[in-house]
Amino acid sequence: MENKKQLTYLESVHRDGKIWGIIICFLILLFPLAVSFIFGAVPQWKPLAQGLFATLPMYWAVGLVEIFTYVPMLGAGGTYLSFVTGNISNLKLPCAVDAMERAGVKATSEEGEIISTISIAVSSIVTTIIIIIGVILIVPLTPILESPVLEPAFDLILPALFGGLAVVFISKNAKLSIAPIMLMLILFIFVPALNKGTVGIMVPVGVLFTVAVARIMYKKGKL
Amino acid sequence: MEFNVNSPILFIMVGILIAIVLAQSIYFLVKAVKRAKEIGISSETVKKTISSSAVFTIAPAIAVLVGVVALSKSLGVALPWLRLSVIGSITYETVAANNALTAAGLGAGSTITDASMYVTVLWVMTLGIAIGLILVPFVTKKIQGGMNKIGMKDKKWGEIFNNAMFLGMISAFLGYVFCDVSTVFSGDLSGLTPVCVMLVSAVIMAVCGLLATKLKIRWLTDYALPLSLVGGMAAAIPLAEILGYEVIK
Repeated sequence: MENKKQLTYLESVHRDGKIWGIIICFLILLFPLAVSFIFGAVPQWKPLAQGLFATLPMYWAVGLVEIFTYVPMLGAGGTYLSFVTGNISNLKLPCAVDAMERAGVKATSEEGEIISTISIAVSSIVTTIIIIIGVILIVPLTPILESPVLEPAFDLILPALFGGLAVVFISKNAKLSIAPIMLMLILFIFVPALNKGTVGIMVPVGVLFTVAVARIMYKKGKL
Repeated sequence: MEFNVNSPILFIMVGILIAIVLAQSIYFLVKAVKRAKEIGISSETVKKTISSSAVFTIAPAIAVLVGVVALSKSLGVALPWLRLSVIGSITYETVAANNALTAAGLGAGSTITDASMYVTVLWVMTLGIAIGLILVPFVTKKIQGGMNKIGMKDKKWGEIFNNAMFLGMISAFLGYVFCDVSTVFSGDLSGLTPVCVMLVSAVIMAVCGLLATKLKIRWLTDYALPLSLVGGMAAAIPLAEILGYEVIK
């Protein structure tokens, strides 16, 4: 008889997440090799080096910090899925945060882990399906998706998303929200380099700052 | 094989990769739903989580699709389809693709006709953001273990910590909404457009919250976020017109 150690749910999520993650990572890195092989083409080394030099340092640095920032918020299952399917801050995380809030569960509890996983899995599946439909119908859809009338709506999706989300969280944590919001307003208004493209870098800054403020207020009995 | 950015073989490979990624989501969905039943999360809560997450996702997913269309002009459809279904976000993929294209002396909008150029762009886009993909399988357990300890040691602090993280993220995005307001000082109102869009979305959310509690309309809380999102996006159309907002490409 096999005497297998009973894994907790969370442990089994980590085990499965690791296996899926390694397989998918391998396949994604294999794809460019396969394309090279099939078409008998080698990358152009100079543009490759220049392109990587312009892209890699910044996105690897941001990506590294993002892992530490997002894992506690997304939970284990949510992390394994989100870092494969992407669009974390503009889609997966708000989706999971809203789902956990409505279900009344905390990200660090097992209930939170489950609700977050369900929400992110559903969101990934729906996104994938919508893109598949879009790719099939790309010819008739292109003029609609690119129409100048709809352009501002898609361009301003982040303000439209975070306005609603902010109401939910600020109304519940009014005292704690003052300092981080003030800091971010000052930074974004007065530092010209901060804009849509660099907001991703400011997320970890905001998170660390708010946690630090919360700790001080908590220690002083103000929360 | 003759190269073409829309070669069927590219679609087949991308299709297989996306099917595997889809399978991962389905696997974890089934696993989580099973566990929800075991620990007594009501099936109502599970159903609501599924339906409201699905509804919420529609508008952002269409925005992602806009990114696929935009990138497809130079890269064909297969590559943007893969990149934006897997890992990428619109902002990253556009930057990475343009970095590679400019490095090769091509304009951002020109179509790739040469296989070696295509492979070059493909490698830049793949490696440029691969860190999460490579590290997450190995570090997630450690990071999460540390976090759970915080929650266990001091329950109240665990809860505050949790809220502080979300607030920190939200405050960064609120800051971004105001990044162009200084244009007002030079008489240009366009920088206020994101702020007004955010306010519309916030008002819709607040009204939904009030109606849901005062009139006891339960479903409203479940769809308040998608409603405020789509409402804000819809408001962006006339607001951009009135305030003279221009989309930068």
